[in-house]
Amino acid sequence: MSGNATQNLLHGAILVAGIAAPFLFPNYSFQLALLWIMILFALTWDILGGQMGYNSLGNILFFGAGMYACTVVQIGLYYDVGAYTSAFGAVKVDFTPDQYFTGLFLGIAVAALLSMVLAVLFGWIVFGLRGPYFAIGTLGVAIAAGELISAWEWVGAGGGISLPTYPGEPDARANFFYFLCMASAVATFAFLKWLYSTRFKLAINAIRDDEEKAEAMGIHTTRYKTVAWTIAAFFLGISGALFGNMTGFIEPLEVAFPTVTFGIFMVLMVLLGGKGTLWGPVLGAALFHLIKEVTWTHLLGWQWVALGLLIIVNVVYFQQGILGWARDRWPELFGIRVEDRQAKAGVGQAEAAE
Amino acid sequence: MTPQIEVTGVSKAFGGVQANRDISLNVPAGRITGLIGPNGSGKTTLFNSVVGYHPIDAGSIKFEGREISKMRVPQIARLGMLRTFQQTRIYSEMDCVQNMLISLPHRREGWRTMFGRFTAEPLEKAEHLLEFVGLYDKRHLISGDLSFGQQKLLEFAMALMNEPKILLLDEPTAGINPTLINGLIDRLQRANSEFGITLFVIEHNMRVIMNLAENIYCLAHGELLAEGPPEQIQDDQRVIDAYLGAH
Amino acid sequence: MLDNLAVLSIAPVFNIQLLLDGLFIGAIFALAAYGLALVWGVMNVKNLAQGDYVIMGGYIAYSLGQIGVHPILGLPVAFVGMFAFGWIVYVLIIRRVIERDLFTSLLATFGIAIVVQQVLNQIYGPEVRTADAGLEVRTIIGGQVTVADIRIVSFVLAAALAASLILFMKRSRMGQAIRATAQDARAAKIMGIDTDRVYAFTYALNAAICGAAGVLISMIWVIQPFFGITHSIRSFVIVTAAGFGNLPGVIMAGLGLGLAEQYSGFVLGAEFQQATVVGLLVLVLVIRQIQQGRQRQVVQ
Repeated sequence: MSGNATQNLLHGAILVAGIAAPFLFPNYSFQLALLWIMILFALTWDILGGQMGYNSLGNILFFGAGMYACTVVQIGLYYDVGAYTSAFGAVKVDFTPDQYFTGLFLGIAVAALLSMVLAVLFGWIVFGLRGPYFAIGTLGVAIAAGELISAWEWVGAGGGISLPTYPGEPDARANFFYFLCMASAVATFAFLKWLYSTRFKLAINAIRDDEEKAEAMGIHTTRYKTVAWTIAAFFLGISGALFGNMTGFIEPLEVAFPTVTFGIFMVLMVLLGGKGTLWGPVLGAALFHLIKEVTWTHLLGWQWVALGLLIIVNVVYFQQGILGWARDRWPELFGIRVEDRQAKAGVGQAEAAE
Repeated sequence: MTPQIEVTGVSKAFGGVQANRDISLNVPAGRITGLIGPNGSGKTTLFNSVVGYHPIDAGSIKFEGREISKMRVPQIARLGMLRTFQQTRIYSEMDCVQNMLISLPHRREGWRTMFGRFTAEPLEKAEHLLEFVGLYDKRHLISGDLSFGQQKLLEFAMALMNEPKILLLDEPTAGINPTLINGLIDRLQRANSEFGITLFVIEHNMRVIMNLAENIYCLAHGELLAEGPPEQIQDDQRVIDAYLGAH
Repeated sequence: MLDNLAVLSIAPVFNIQLLLDGLFIGAIFALAAYGLALVWGVMNVKNLAQGDYVIMGGYIAYSLGQIGVHPILGLPVAFVGMFAFGWIVYVLIIRRVIERDLFTSLLATFGIAIVVQQVLNQIYGPEVRTADAGLEVRTIIGGQVTVADIRIVSFVLAAALAASLILFMKRSRMGQAIRATAQDARAAKIMGIDTDRVYAFTYALNAAICGAAGVLISMIWVIQPFFGITHSIRSFVIVTAAGFGNLPGVIMAGLGLGLAEQYSGFVLGAEFQQATVVGLLVLVLVIRQIQQGRQRQVVQ
């Protein structure tokens, strides 16, 4: 099929561009890595927000949890975490390359697993909540997590922790983390592409369209909701672990649990690109990140005001997003068949004629 | 034979309003049972109690001999008892076939089916049932774009897809064009005879319920007023009074 | 960390201090929460900018104080100013999201919240501020309990404002129209009530109430551009705990929250203040779910 061929071509082109990018623009490899993380953010937010109709404001919880879990594993494997953090980075410990990479990959695995466990636990708390209560409840849980970490001396409390230094050149380090970010975002995309071809997608779509009906039809709604959140948590946990290592220093409020920056970016990027689609979040993330990186520094402190305005404009005037707009405009391109809309307007007559 | 649904002494109040008072009735398996009564007589409240929508204040509700009055909606649905809504409810952003596919029974669901793809067999079944209700031509349309009557038919087909043992229908003909009602009655009867599904039907349209049901219960002011075959109910003075407001 | 718990049992007089402070601050929480209950109940908008309107009111009083106007006079200024601001926000934004799904209004107001706090941050900077009312601080019970006069004044003002709001809702034509719209917007429309105007007025009134609450907060406590979100969560905690049709419940929950915060601040330390608020939010939501679960229902 030619549609498939075009798609493969597109996938291939993006992969090639992704691999070439850090070599073409070595100065921007951090921003490029961040772009992949943003794509991962948007894709995972859309699992609940777009496909399931559960708008979380607290997905950042798993990002932060993953970050801290990974850091604690990386340090804790070889040192006493409490002693390390109480020195506030005054103790410079050296990790051998072996220790570093063992710690890092084990840390990423633990980050992903812990985030999944947290998703199950918090799912139990928040999935009895619907609509706005869910949004506010998840926001509350994420803020609470940041506050708890801020008070937890063992992990450095509000002072934060510096991470083990990468055993190699700065360029090698940048590329190393760039490709890890890219791999996790691509893996997220591939996984969701598969997931959305299964019964799972129809079930969470049914929950989105009418959860009460879904329950009345016997769908295991709680199970689907928990699994959906767990999937999002898995990938977010990994992204948190990577981001912590990229910045080299983490603290609870600005880096690990930034509810009003990354936490809101997730939502905004999906709305910008079009929710409930696979490519919408990718497109939204790319566009948002590009705009943000280009304009941010020129706005001289007013960038956050601009962010708020962007949210308002997006939500109020352009909620369907780019792909949603395109889908309304050219439904046939998206495989949606539409009857003559006039027929719909004259339903009464059509029924009578039947 | 024990009845499929056995309601014994059920009462339910909302605040000070006694919506159901000490109601007992039986729905025998494989039959069509009707539930009638003037507006506000507590029919939908009783339905909601049976399918687990809210707790009851007193009494017991048994499904195939098992107490279900403490269970929640999805659990009861998975036992094989489904209900349709007075205000038709479908998954409005999905197309008809998708609506049908996700309505497959969820009784034996494990990880494999949860993440499984749909095989040809359920698809065939979905299309067959859409054909049965007369929506085959519209199967790829987004269901929210269908007319109200068509949505009602889709909801009925989705219920059949779920292979229920019993179907509770809340006013299946309300809002449907009169010319389509005969076709609907026919389909309901065929669902009962061909698929062996017990039907328990709330209906306002007397002509419909008298043709359809084998046994009818009549509620008034939250209490059970009369019970019997259609001919008997039709001539029952208490039922006539209740509908005329003399009660 | 829990040493202070022992202090409370050794010197019970501290309880009186905490109780008084809790009531003084809780009354203002209740005021802002009443505004949220109003917009929530009447127009079904979950206003996440609630706390930021409070902080805006606070900065109005603070600015007036800077140019030599007594902050108490900021109360009418903030009330009128925020009323106008709320009306403008309604016309530009809220009117367009009111018919849409609930998350839309939540997110739109969250956007407003971000804009407000960031603009305030640009103008006033991130320092913590207080509007100095210049009143005396007196000590009672042998000098162990301090009561600032301004706290009493603020408590009286909050109570007076609440009383006049209740009177307004009961007696005035607009108040009746608001209550009619809350009960059944469509019926109200058919009966000739201009519901769009009612919504605009309700939203503006809420902003005005928040502004007034902010003036009081700025005099007896502190304001900072980013404190708004905590105030918003406070209002949500109160309204969720009390239910929005329940005015006595809102007042009780507001006072209760004030007390809870004073005690946790004293026992655990001031840095746990925000954690207490969000902790209570999660707690209230869990309790509501258990209650609803018993009714075979969910919180929606």
